[in-house]
Amino acid sequence: MSRQSNRTTDSKKMVGDSSRINNSELFTLTYGALVTQLCKDYENDEEVNKQLDKMGYNIGVRLIEDFLARSSIGRCQDFRETADVIAKVAFKMYLGITPSVTNWSPAGDEFSLILESNPLVDFVELPDNHSTLIYSNLLCGILRGALEMVQMAVDVRFVQDTLRGDNVTEIRMKFIKRIEENLPAGDE
Amino acid sequence: MVIFSVYVVNKAGGLIYQYDNYVPRAEAEKTFSYPLDLVLKHHDEKVIVSFGQRDGIRVGHAVLSINGVDVNGKNTADGKDILEYFKDPANYPVSIRFGRARLSSNEKLMLASMFHSLFAIGSQLSPEVGSSGIEMLETDVFKLHCFQTLTGIKFIVLADPRQSGIDALLRKIYEVYSDFALKNPFYSLEMPIRCELFDQNLKSALEVAEKAGNFGAGS
Repeated sequence: MSRQSNRTTDSKKMVGDSSRINNSELFTLTYGALVTQLCKDYENDEEVNKQLDKMGYNIGVRLIEDFLARSSIGRCQDFRETADVIAKVAFKMYLGITPSVTNWSPAGDEFSLILESNPLVDFVELPDNHSTLIYSNLLCGILRGALEMVQMAVDVRFVQDTLRGDNVTEIRMKFIKRIEENLPAGDE
Repeated sequence: MVIFSVYVVNKAGGLIYQYDNYVPRAEAEKTFSYPLDLVLKHHDEKVIVSFGQRDGIRVGHAVLSINGVDVNGKNTADGKDILEYFKDPANYPVSIRFGRARLSSNEKLMLASMFHSLFAIGSQLSPEVGSSGIEMLETDVFKLHCFQTLTGIKFIVLADPRQSGIDALLRKIYEVYSDFALKNPFYSLEMPIRCELFDQNLKSALEVAEKAGNFGAGS
């Protein structure tokens, strides 16, 4: 029994190398099946966007612990450090891409992530009757949920999307406030 | 070199997982004839020895079982009051097992919440700003190590004072938690962890840590 669980931990250590790439087709297909089923169920793009955000949120609150456990990154000192960690470590770990961090607002509380490629939308084309659908909205929910668990309230939205004709995919992240309730002791 | 127990405390201070890895060594089972030469009394819903220490039975030990059947607090398994039972000569000879009473799950819950509140004292007492909470608590019998994640979950390990490698063990337990508890979609956050895979993997992580700790101490 202990050998079996060792094997599971070993295969988990392979996360992030070539074994992940073999699964990306299945991942793209799974995500596509999810979005199309949501479209059939709700028949309204706005509603589907909301559901994707909610699902992403539930993923994010769990994913953050996995991220912290595997990367051993400590608390970020400011929002700029947070942006760097999200772009260079988190996106790399889970999607294998490294978006660039640009367009900082003058107050330093808003920035954009520019994704050259998006593994979720490999092979995807949006039909005309779904022009307001934000296909990758799951990512917004994930980022929002994950940051909320480390006491940061943020607003995350897509401002450009290659599926809707733009050149790049741009996600805008805005820092709203630090969540003061239930702060872990020692973090004041 | 032993790791005694593992506790996991959620953000609000509630105990969500507890695992004991030790066998209390100080247990004694003896056969007695009437009259009983130990003085027993009620204490905290248990029957404990208050006088008459002998043969491995110490003051403070609780009555654990009578004639092989575990007792239920102040009563025997059939519901009779234990002190009344011992006053009746017809019940003798009787075989009683004494030992250090294990903590009940309610007591563990209370102690975990208490530790959660105490944890903050570490950072409040600190002369420097930005101190963490209590990371280690040492007694002559065990060392308590605590690791708080950025999300507020605390992993607490009680181990032998000479055991090494507990920091790595705490990180490993965090990984096991993020894998087998969080990735189980049927597990709700902040709730008690009842996932078998989590139990199994935690136990094997403890075994690995105990062996590694032995090598460290021997060299």
